[in-house]
Amino acid sequence: MEILTTVAFGICGLVAVGSGVLVFVFDSMARATYALALAFVATGAALLILQQSYLGAVVILMMVMEMAVMAVYMVMFMGMNPALMPMSMVHSHRAALGSAVAVFVVLAAGALLVPWPERRSAPSEEVTRDLGNAIMGSHMLVMLIIGVVMAATIVVGVVLSSARTRYDRLGDDLDGRSAERDDAGRGGAR
Amino acid sequence: MTLEGVLMIASALIAVGVYGALSQQVVVMAMMGLELMIAGVLLAVGGLWWFLSPDPSGQVLLLVVLAAMTVEMAAGFAVATLLHRRAGTDMTDMAAELHE
Repeated sequence: MEILTTVAFGICGLVAVGSGVLVFVFDSMARATYALALAFVATGAALLILQQSYLGAVVILMMVMEMAVMAVYMVMFMGMNPALMPMSMVHSHRAALGSAVAVFVVLAAGALLVPWPERRSAPSEEVTRDLGNAIMGSHMLVMLIIGVVMAATIVVGVVLSSARTRYDRLGDDLDGRSAERDDAGRGGAR
Repeated sequence: MTLEGVLMIASALIAVGVYGALSQQVVVMAMMGLELMIAGVLLAVGGLWWFLSPDPSGQVLLLVVLAAMTVEMAAGFAVATLLHRRAGTDMTDMAAELHE
């Protein structure tokens, strides 16, 4: 059983890293997106093997959705069939490659050289139930803050990406009086 | 399966992400690099949790990392949309107002 999990984890890791590399090797955005989706599914599967049944599933679901959003985004803004447009859009290739190798060497050296301690406690049978109890009990503050941050993210997304809102048309007081002054588009409501 | 193995794979993911975030010109592709880095962090936290201290607190930390990833992608897409509206571009090199 142990050897099986090791092999499965190794395959997941190799797929994750390999398709992660392919993201930046492929010359079309569509293929890069699918490669990134594959990398995230493999990462989620690796988390599943590490007994994170809930978070592994969440990673897989969230990332498949995100790649769908990315595909829509490409069609919206690239104005082309992204699968058919080869492109090479890289700058400071050599510096980036050097930094990546340096980062890997430092992190791998840390992973191999640090004398990791022994495992302190046995994992419980009900990992997901423990997580639920933690975020609804002793760690509720974390969940509260994540909730506020998510709500703020929704506001940020709408504010940043909306083109022309009622504050542009009607002014900051929404009464139309300061619209002429505040409206960058010189439109105003009337 | 050892902790070292998990951390090596996570390091490789982070390194690939660093390359992508530094080298890609299209904003969305640079975001893909950032996401690969966060995936590496997720994997490393998961490995440390399983091999060192498998209690619920570590899982809560994983949840925070996942939330950070969500915020990154949502805000990143919004900024890319704004950039596209303001400058008509999706390249990082065209978004250098603060540099000039």
